[in-house]
Amino acid sequence: MKIDKNTINKIARLSRIKLDDKESDDYINDLNSILDWVEQLNEVNTENVEPLSNISSSILPKREDVSKDTNSSEEILENAPDKLEGFFAVPKVVE
Amino acid sequence: MNNLIKGEKHDWEMVIGLEIHAQIKSNSKLFSSSSTKFGSSPNSQVSLVDAAMPGMLPVINKYCVEQAVKTGVGLNAKINNYSVFDRKNYFYADLPQGYQISQYKYPIVGEGKVTIDFKDGTSKDIRIVRLHLEQDAGKSLHDQNPSKTYVDLNRSGVALMEIVSEPDIRTPDEAGMYISKIRSILMYLDTCDGNMQEGSLRADVNISVRKPGDEYGTRCEIKNLNSIKFIKQAINYEAKRQIEILESGSSIEQNTMLFNTSTGKTRPMRNKEEAHDYRYFPDPDLLPLQISEEEIGKIKSSIPELPDELKNKFIETYKLSNYDASALTAEKQTSDYFNETINSDSELKIHAKIVVNWITSELFSLLNKNNLDLNNSPVSPENLGQLIKLISTNEISGKIAKDVIEEMFSSGKTARQIVDEKGLQQVTDQGEIAKVIDEVIAENPKMVEQYLAGKDKLLGFFVGQAMKLTKGKANPKMLNDILKQKLNKKN
Repeated sequence: MKIDKNTINKIARLSRIKLDDKESDDYINDLNSILDWVEQLNEVNTENVEPLSNISSSILPKREDVSKDTNSSEEILENAPDKLEGFFAVPKVVE
Repeated sequence: MNNLIKGEKHDWEMVIGLEIHAQIKSNSKLFSSSSTKFGSSPNSQVSLVDAAMPGMLPVINKYCVEQAVKTGVGLNAKINNYSVFDRKNYFYADLPQGYQISQYKYPIVGEGKVTIDFKDGTSKDIRIVRLHLEQDAGKSLHDQNPSKTYVDLNRSGVALMEIVSEPDIRTPDEAGMYISKIRSILMYLDTCDGNMQEGSLRADVNISVRKPGDEYGTRCEIKNLNSIKFIKQAINYEAKRQIEILESGSSIEQNTMLFNTSTGKTRPMRNKEEAHDYRYFPDPDLLPLQISEEEIGKIKSSIPELPDELKNKFIETYKLSNYDASALTAEKQTSDYFNETINSDSELKIHAKIVVNWITSELFSLLNKNNLDLNNSPVSPENLGQLIKLISTNEISGKIAKDVIEEMFSSGKTARQIVDEKGLQQVTDQGEIAKVIDEVIAENPKMVEQYLAGKDKLLGFFVGQAMKLTKGKANPKMLNDILKQKLNKKN
């Protein structure tokens, strides 16, 4: 798989990142060399090998259904650039 | 049954599938310990996990997993021993993580089915494709300020079950019956509170139209409908819109639509310049979810009677009609109330039909008038049972009972108290009734003449007069019999 200009532009758009021409060229090179490196894995014969879902063979830890009172609004909104009466205020989202 | 709609040129058939989002009834969220309580002040139930602060890790709620399994069993579905959580990536102001944790390739519950019953006694199976666990998003308020959207993250991270049906639904009514049935099952299982107004249960509707027998047409998806009425309205409007486009020779563009509840119309969502690309991939923060057969068995054994089983039991035990039994079992609180009423006195069992009638007509209409539901009914099941016993033993007439239940409703007194205080016992003494009838006959000689001349309808007049004199307490059957006897003797 090769990353081209179109692909890099699409990834940037999906990630909401604006790239100029030089930056996108840099990323094309970086990503391609990463992919080339990962490609090496294809040389390994994995026939009849079950996919590995985790290396620790531990099982998903679960918690009991107990709610903790967070009363969080002040703390949660502390970093918000804009807020009003306990709400985050963000630029209008139009649907 | 004809499910087709008439177009200008020929008949069309709707093809409908539903994705139902049901909030799991739990104390805490799917991956954090914040409370799930509805209606709290904004952003007061948001942990650092829910706000997606860097470094926070999700830990799954055991109870939510059990609730999903329970629901799967209730939907006659296959429970998967192995399922995987994936990230569904998209940007939105009320999704702080930038992705929703959901299940994609390996859902917790696989294929199942539910049955819907029609009024004419027939029924139909709607197949379920899958049920998966996912997080709910926060809530956005768009209409408070012309340039801002307000965001409340209290709902962010609450556990949802998404229940996806096959496109087996053919009419708006079937869609309504299907979602009612799902709602009923969830409420019996106690896995979702079923409150559509508060958004605990909402649906996306996929709809296309075709000539009967053709392949499926191109579908559109109507997002986020939170009442059965709106679901039906939206389907009707959208089907008409699609038929008009097809009959004018154009084709349907696959699209995501919004339904405007005040105009009753659907319109495409505006930001569609970029088709959604969710880039699903397994969430590296969560190991696969494994459930053993033993755990599934334990959950299965905890499942209460579901509406269909209960309906059959009512039909069998109490010889109720399919219609009456369905009406009793559609809502859990109704069947609970019926059970408590009929079990409050062993002699009521043979009067099941009367019990049903008093619950579904008299009591329901009083509750409706007062904006109450069965859970906060001023008339308890025991008290209703007592009232019905007074009717079935002929102590009071059905007509008087209607006044009694109204007073029970407003005063909270028992039927016995009211009947004793007001002396409402039926008059069943032959002599007493005969005396009243003699009086009525004596006072209305002209009417008697007309009656005897063939004006049979006047019988009602005499009954009315005699009832008036006994303040409605005379046993109606005895009154009628004695009246006829006496009048005919005059002949």
